[in-house]
Amino acid sequence: MGKSETVKANNSNFLMKLVKNQCFIPLAALLLLALINLVADPAFFKISLGYNAAGNPVLSGFLITILDSGSELAILAIGMTLVTAASGGQDISVGAAIAIAGSVLLRVLCGDNSRPETLQAPIIVAFLVSCVVAMLFGAFNGVLVAYFKIQPMIATLILFTAGRSIAAWINNNELPVISDPSFKYYGEFIPGIPIPTPVFIAVACIIIIGIVLKVTNLRIYTQAVGINQSSSRLNGLNPALIKVLAFVILGLCVAVVGLIKVSRISSINYSVIAKDIEMDAILAVALGGNALSGGKFNMTASIIGAYVIQFLTTTLYKFQVQSDALPAYKAVVVIVLVIVSAPTVREYFSSLTKKMKLSKEVA
Amino acid sequence: MEDNIVLKMRNIHKIFPGVRALQGVDFTLRKGEIHALMGENGAGKSTLIKVLTGVYGKEEGEIFLEGKEGAVMIHSPQDAQKMGISTVYQEITLCPNLSVAENMFIGRTDNVVQNWKKMNTDTEKILQSLDIPAKPTQQLESCSIAVQQMIAIARAVDMECKVLILDEPTSSLDEQEVAKLFKLMRDLRSRGVGIIFVTHFLDQVYEVCDRITVMRDGKLVGEYPIKDLPRVQLVSKMLGKELDDLSDIKGNQQAFKKDADAVPVFEAQGLVSDAGIKPFDFHIDKGEVNGFTGLLGSGRSECVRSIFGADRVMGGTVKMKGKSVKISKPLDAMKNGIAYLPEDRKMDGIVGDLSVRDNIILAQQVLKGFFKPFSKAEANKVADEYIKLLNIKTASKDTPIKSLSGGNQQKVILARWLFTHPEYLILDEPTRGIDVGTKVDIQKLVLKLASEGMSVTFISSELDEMLRTCSRLVVMRDRKVVGELTGQDLNQTTVMSTIAGGDK
Repeated sequence: MGKSETVKANNSNFLMKLVKNQCFIPLAALLLLALINLVADPAFFKISLGYNAAGNPVLSGFLITILDSGSELAILAIGMTLVTAASGGQDISVGAAIAIAGSVLLRVLCGDNSRPETLQAPIIVAFLVSCVVAMLFGAFNGVLVAYFKIQPMIATLILFTAGRSIAAWINNNELPVISDPSFKYYGEFIPGIPIPTPVFIAVACIIIIGIVLKVTNLRIYTQAVGINQSSSRLNGLNPALIKVLAFVILGLCVAVVGLIKVSRISSINYSVIAKDIEMDAILAVALGGNALSGGKFNMTASIIGAYVIQFLTTTLYKFQVQSDALPAYKAVVVIVLVIVSAPTVREYFSSLTKKMKLSKEVA
Repeated sequence: MEDNIVLKMRNIHKIFPGVRALQGVDFTLRKGEIHALMGENGAGKSTLIKVLTGVYGKEEGEIFLEGKEGAVMIHSPQDAQKMGISTVYQEITLCPNLSVAENMFIGRTDNVVQNWKKMNTDTEKILQSLDIPAKPTQQLESCSIAVQQMIAIARAVDMECKVLILDEPTSSLDEQEVAKLFKLMRDLRSRGVGIIFVTHFLDQVYEVCDRITVMRDGKLVGEYPIKDLPRVQLVSKMLGKELDDLSDIKGNQQAFKKDADAVPVFEAQGLVSDAGIKPFDFHIDKGEVNGFTGLLGSGRSECVRSIFGADRVMGGTVKMKGKSVKISKPLDAMKNGIAYLPEDRKMDGIVGDLSVRDNIILAQQVLKGFFKPFSKAEANKVADEYIKLLNIKTASKDTPIKSLSGGNQQKVILARWLFTHPEYLILDEPTRGIDVGTKVDIQKLVLKLASEGMSVTFISSELDEMLRTCSRLVVMRDRKVVGELTGQDLNQTTVMSTIAGGDK
């Protein structure tokens, strides 16, 4: 009997640890969504191999859709997590910045002609140029926040308002179309590989940020600055610089997402591209249980949060919710998730379980 | 309940993750008495106070109040306030961005409308009656820490209270202010208010208190009338051992002898910052312990902040070991082997949500560079080493530093700077709000470090502490260096008269 009790205690310890882990809520949400789909219609999980219009083998199915469409959000969640941690605020200009990055990319590829027969520059060059531009806009936001001490949401409101018109202006208000099929590789499929390319790009970004967090002090620096600026400064850090750095990294994420977005349709629609994506990115950070007031962060939880949002969206589509009604349904689920992952609620539950434990011991 | 007892706490238990903060503590407060609550860091004084005021819930135990049938439940500070329990905490818990008057009256009325004019005039009256140099409409932030503390006390006093809790109220007040506060406390006592007085200053306990309750490691040691408990016994009860440390430390100190031709480790000429101090000259030799002394607000902190580059340096030349260097930001100072433990632990010292481990390695990590993080194993090793070396009481090295007691937080910050292996260590009020045992530990450590060749500048508002550790004192008055004392002059009287100035 004694043995079984220790096993039980170990189990409950393990459970406690699991519940306390920041990744628990987003993971649980993911699991719950999967379970609902499993019960409703197991066909949700079906993945089939087919051929697309170009005659390439491609995998299709809801899971693939989630991984594919979730890529952009996951990449943005990385940058948004850092910005949130360092500045204690959020960047709401992400969608507009993606429009700019995409527009720059197309402009470099097309040159003066908006519908070129051949690409006017290598894609890599165009991408690098868009990276630089996006990072500059990130730095612009960062400088407003860090040096002029403007609240992040207000500072980024500027670009949020102006971004899409800047994007249209870059291409003289024309809608360039790329006919070169190789440009589609980044947003769709590389011939011969049945998995959508954005999935690989997202994985690459996740691995890169993982390595960066491992081999640099990005984590402890951003956290320290987000928690206590004054004390960080007295420890030799430059809080302003670190905040700008976070915004610049987000700028890089924006450029990557811009490439995927533009590549998907080989063109751009300035007013629609990446619309409202900033809200989903912020949500991903919140779902990951990260405090939106900055400080400590958990990158993994944010990224899982991004996929939870995509899973939810796809599930709703699957249930044929009208696309106009989608946000309302999403909002309900999001409210529940955010409340459950709120620190106060978690604290309440942990004190509740502790009390239950105590009363058990007494009994 | 018996007559003249206003508050009775029985068998209070409180558990934090990994720590049993209170274990069956009893506490009794009578009408019209000043009752000292004494204990080392982490003894549970602050926790007991927070349980009483509803900031923390309790796992077990009962609280009885005068005029209330049975045990009362206190769920929040508002509850406590309504039941006549007012508190002034160790750390100022007012709102810095509100005005003085707003701070005095915030959360005290149920009315929807606020009569601002009346609020301001009422505040004016209270401030005047207590002789507090502040205007009702002034933003609290713009007052000095001492004045903020006094406003917090005024706020508590102004509320009709039966039980007044003063948690380290004097740690940032100078002697005059303390005297004023004591007068006020005696006033209140004669009106029948029960006062719980938490402090680390033994002198103050014996000056105003009637009774002492001693706690240690979350347990009650005992309750004693003041006349039955001589100082030595009190200290030994708090520490749980006989005390010979204080006399020890005195014997160890020797006059600092400087090599005739050695260059100072640090030398500044005409150094001035934007914090409003007059340009000053300063130097420190290898292995020397010196200090800045002066009344609160005399500019001693500002001096060391300008040395470290914490405030914007406006002029002056600085030499390290005879070589001219430029220190315009903290990182410059750190690279030159200077470490600085700031005065305001909460604002400038700790990084609250980060673990003890991350707090210890932070400064050295920054020095090492962005691309050279410590591995987890290295960081753990360092943390373990310093937790052991400085005897830091923490549940684990992963515990967020903010959940440690004040003294242990201070030790973590000290560990952080020791880990950078500085040549010149600046300690600004390292013993503020810290118990006797830790104070002695820190003073001993300072002397040990100096004997190993480190130069230390030590600032403390307790003069005898400075006299015990420093071999040279730079005296400041009104943001200006007014004297330097060594050798024979290092005694209470000379220092005091230098601080006061010749014309007084």
